[in-house]
Amino acid sequence: MESPTALVSLIIGLPLLGFLINGILGLSSTAYRSKKTLIGILANLAVFIPFLCALTLFLNFDSESAAAFAHLFTWMETGSFSVDIAYQVDQLSLIMTLVVTGVGSLIHLYSIGYMAHDEGFWKFFAYLNLFIFAMLNLVLADNLLLLFLGWEGVGLCSYLLIGFWYTDMSKSDAAKKAFLYNRVGDFAFLIAIFMIFETIGSLNFEVILTSLEAFSGNDIFWIGLLILIGATGKSAQIPLFVWLPDAMAGPTPVSALIHAATMVTSGIYLITRMSPMFVMSPEVMMIVAVIGALTAIVAATIAITQYDIKGVLAYSTVSQLGFMFLALGSGAFTAAIFHVVTHAFFKACLFLGSGSVIHTMEHVEHKLHDKGKDVHFDPQDIRNMGGLRKYMPSTYKTFLIATIAIAGIPPLAGFFSKDEIVMHAFNMGFGEYAGAMYFILWGVATITAFLTAFYMFRLTFTTFHGSFKLPKLINGTEGSEEYLHESPATMTTALWSLAGLSIVGGFIGLPNFVSKTFGGDGHINWLHEWLHTIAADIPLTLSGTAEWALMTFAIIVAAVSVYIAYKMYGNDQQEESDAWIASKFGPFYRVWKDKYSLDELYEGAIVHPTVNFSDKVLAVFDMKIVDGFVNAIAGTVRISGSLLRYIQTGVASNYALFLILGVILVLTILLF
Amino acid sequence: MNYLLDLQSFLPGIIVAVAGLAAIMLEAFKKSANTSFSVTIGGIAVALLFAIQSLYGEAGTAFSGMIVYGGVGAFGSVVVLLGALFCVTISREYLRDLDLHNGEVYGMILFSTTGMLGLAVSNDLITLFISLETMSICLYVLAGLMKNEKIGAESALKYFLLGAFSTGFLLYGIALIYGATAATNLTEIAAAAQPTFLFLCGTGLLFVGLFFKVAAVPFHMWTPDVYQGTPTTITAFMATAAKSATFVAFVLVLTRMLPSSEIGDWQSVLQVVAILTMIVGNLIALAQDNVKRMLAYSSIAHAGYLMVGLAAGNEAGYAGVLYYLFAYTIMNAGAFGVIAYYERNHGLDFTEIDSYAGLGFKVPVMGVMLSVFLFSLAGIPPMVGFIGKYYVFAAAVQAGLIPLAIIGVLASAASVYYYLRVMVYLYFKEAHKEYSLKTPGFLFKWTLILLAVLTVYYGVEPVLPTSSLMELISSYYTV
Amino acid sequence: MFEQYLPIFVLLGVAFVLALAFMALSRFLGPYRPNTVKLKPYESGMDPVGQAKDRYSIAFYLVAMEFIVFDLEVVFLYPWAVRFLDMGTGTFVAMTVFIVILFIGLIYTLKKGTLDWDMKNFKYEALKK
Repeated sequence: MESPTALVSLIIGLPLLGFLINGILGLSSTAYRSKKTLIGILANLAVFIPFLCALTLFLNFDSESAAAFAHLFTWMETGSFSVDIAYQVDQLSLIMTLVVTGVGSLIHLYSIGYMAHDEGFWKFFAYLNLFIFAMLNLVLADNLLLLFLGWEGVGLCSYLLIGFWYTDMSKSDAAKKAFLYNRVGDFAFLIAIFMIFETIGSLNFEVILTSLEAFSGNDIFWIGLLILIGATGKSAQIPLFVWLPDAMAGPTPVSALIHAATMVTSGIYLITRMSPMFVMSPEVMMIVAVIGALTAIVAATIAITQYDIKGVLAYSTVSQLGFMFLALGSGAFTAAIFHVVTHAFFKACLFLGSGSVIHTMEHVEHKLHDKGKDVHFDPQDIRNMGGLRKYMPSTYKTFLIATIAIAGIPPLAGFFSKDEIVMHAFNMGFGEYAGAMYFILWGVATITAFLTAFYMFRLTFTTFHGSFKLPKLINGTEGSEEYLHESPATMTTALWSLAGLSIVGGFIGLPNFVSKTFGGDGHINWLHEWLHTIAADIPLTLSGTAEWALMTFAIIVAAVSVYIAYKMYGNDQQEESDAWIASKFGPFYRVWKDKYSLDELYEGAIVHPTVNFSDKVLAVFDMKIVDGFVNAIAGTVRISGSLLRYIQTGVASNYALFLILGVILVLTILLF
Repeated sequence: MNYLLDLQSFLPGIIVAVAGLAAIMLEAFKKSANTSFSVTIGGIAVALLFAIQSLYGEAGTAFSGMIVYGGVGAFGSVVVLLGALFCVTISREYLRDLDLHNGEVYGMILFSTTGMLGLAVSNDLITLFISLETMSICLYVLAGLMKNEKIGAESALKYFLLGAFSTGFLLYGIALIYGATAATNLTEIAAAAQPTFLFLCGTGLLFVGLFFKVAAVPFHMWTPDVYQGTPTTITAFMATAAKSATFVAFVLVLTRMLPSSEIGDWQSVLQVVAILTMIVGNLIALAQDNVKRMLAYSSIAHAGYLMVGLAAGNEAGYAGVLYYLFAYTIMNAGAFGVIAYYERNHGLDFTEIDSYAGLGFKVPVMGVMLSVFLFSLAGIPPMVGFIGKYYVFAAAVQAGLIPLAIIGVLASAASVYYYLRVMVYLYFKEAHKEYSLKTPGFLFKWTLILLAVLTVYYGVEPVLPTSSLMELISSYYTV
Repeated sequence: MFEQYLPIFVLLGVAFVLALAFMALSRFLGPYRPNTVKLKPYESGMDPVGQAKDRYSIAFYLVAMEFIVFDLEVVFLYPWAVRFLDMGTGTFVAMTVFIVILFIGLIYTLKKGTLDWDMKNFKYEALKK
């Protein structure tokens, strides 16, 4: 294929341009800020045109094409160290670019409606465009440093957007928390970059991946581990996942775009990109898989106990990301990317659906205020909702479709990707590469899949089925259901598009064994074919029968889970059912409800000791010894300066005397 | 027509001299200082063009080896002319306010510049001496411009007395050198030099003369008094152009007359004087409460840093000195310019640091620019002053003079205090009373803005990297 | 190295001795009858009593400076004038330039009124104030 420079420049450049136009004009002109239609259109085009460009590239590409490079300019060059602003177009980066710009476009569209009444409309879209720019840098970069630039860029945008309503203290705290947890991971990632550069003197992916033999086994282990720590920060895995639930403080489109569909998957992208390196170290693979499985079940158990509609979705995201890590650790890199794609569709749809619900609940609150009723309630609490399907049918239908998709009911998108992951985990239990540990992980994954279907349907039933509960719970809200309404067309368009994708998205990765059973050539998994040059997958060795059995088992698990959820929550029994679970699981339930007390643990184990040490030891050292030393020097210097002033008598003959002394000095040095 | 070629090689100097004659004749006949001003600007600008042209031309000697052209000399001429140009453009408005604006001032500046140009290209001790005197005598007159003020008369008299004294040493040194080597031409001296008593004494006294002009410790005593008593923009001229010219002459003497370290231990002399200059200059500057006087001591300190480059005695050092002169000219002309702007608003007392309280917010652009210049003088990146300091200190390290470089860096660190102190007053102190400053004139303001932009630009993008300056220097050894 | 300076020292010695000798001779041979007038220092007929610091009109200094400038010009011109035929055009041009510059200086001073002895035309601010 011909050089992609022009198209890549457009893909990268337009979001940046959009950011600059909306940012600068918005900053400098209050008149511009009120032109919301113009701002929205500009911002949308800045993402949609890149999507079309990416689509063009995609259509000119096939699974055997070699990577194409777009070298824009040399960023920095000192000695042997040279970094280019250069982009790599290949099968993996194209998939990611399509997801980012495609889902990004839909969410931009949705945001026009969602943010319509916000004062910071222009700022919001400027940030969103900046985020897209950074994210595209991350997925398209042809070297680690440029990737790191994007990596930090998305971190920054995430920070800015979580704290978008920064006047609310808890929201700006959440932004800081996200940023700090990310920094921990970034630090590890940076060290990994140093180690790679130290060993082979280049940060270029092509060079790194073709000179892997230059690394010792030890190097591979540590680099892999450090990259993993970096990825756990960005992709919200144990031990660094606690920022993501708090990140829901941002506007809902942000949660959908950044904290569900794109940014949080960048860790998965990075590991997939480096997959030839990871498969060289079974130990690291095992750690990745364990972290993934553990995160998946921990987050899923917490999700069961949550009442906040976005909170459930946030823990669900963490849990699904855990699935992806399990896939990575099981050598199923394609499956991980597959799940990234399908998850982007249904999770974005879920978040936008929740945004639609929150939107209407806030509307109810405003209307009540307009009527002079001083009532306050949490517009995100599912206990206040119920029966919404009557009032917002589009939202309900799309939400339900996405829920079915995430629950793993065939033939919707989530089923195929999740099934592939679980199957790979089981497969890893055999063979020389790994060990029986993977059977346990498979078990954990299956339980998590059960829990996923359960808590998602609990959420859907509680929100949309039964009757509207707000008037029963809070005085003064009688008759408030008349204010419930469906969201505007820009929002439902996005919802329906994503719901559609959630239905058909799975077909890019149909399981090969199905084809084999019916006498096909076993190549119906398109994604697998597409990525085979990049993802260093460990192949499945299971027999066709075993695979059928596993799949059937997975379907049964999901179906049973949905049935139980329907029985427990299908008809206004949320309160009793939750109480029943709490009594059945007792201490476990409390642990889940306390979110495993991780925040308190970090607070007690890291934050307090650090603060105490700084306060009691470092501060004293700083004030008494460091400052004292510095002040002493400064004082000495100043005093000697004042003393030296007295030489300057102002009498010309004294000056001449000094001149003579100088002559003597010079001649003495010269002659002796 | 060898004669015409000779003239051509000193064209910038000739143009400036003719412009000077024109300036005083215009004053005598038309009594129009503005016309003189225009002629001055034009003359310097044209001379600058020729100097830049010769910078890119070949290097050689002219007037039977009396002067050099191209190479270091051309670079020196460019720096001197830049200094003169900037000082003249900011002078008009300032001198008008002091009621000192007349054609003779420009004549004197131009004649002085002629001397500086001669100094920057001198290849012979006679040329050096005559140029030095041409420059100095005009500067004595300029120092006494404020002749009705006590401080002005004091300034001129002190400068003249001590200047004459030091010139005596210089001339005596030249005589001794001639006695030892029977030559005044720098290269001929280098060929005939032996480390005899006579020659060493001669060199020492020659150095003393030059040390005096660049205000190195302990020959610096005149500087604060003279700088304070001279109209500020003229001070800028003295501190930039005159100092640059003398340093270029110093480089010429060191590279052409003393290329071998076997002829006397002049490197030690430079080291000792450099250390003294840096320490004393910076320490006394710390204790100053008058901004103009503080800048005078700061200019002494900067002479110390420059001397570090000379003491390094290698090509990197000389190249560093040349680059530093360029940097120093830009940032110091700017700093004095802003000081002049503040001063002329409320008389001479306005140079006391107390009176700077809260000034930064009065005319924001001026406050910001003063901050830029002071940051640059303090050697804080990304300003051009940092690059200059980096070059000279790096050269010293390269030459193995690590203690010297360390003292330089420490002294430079101490200097941050008194530069930042001004900014503290500008921005962090409350103004004593309500008053408003004059609006700066168009030419004045934009000259300063240009200087500030250059200060930052060359700090971010040093387009004169050491390598091309090194080529200049080494092209010079082979002439 | 001092051998070559020996004649100078000899000459100095001879001069010193001779001077002493003549003063001694006049003291012993001549008649010595001093009075008040005879013992006064000789001052070309002017009264030597009065303030040593006397103020003169600034015009004296200005004229004196001009005189020195043109006096030295003559000193400079004279040797060249003797041999200018041998020196070639270059030197002639140089000397012309020199004279022209001096001439411009002269015009300037004339225009500024330096040689104007009439105090009314003095433009010096110091005198006006």
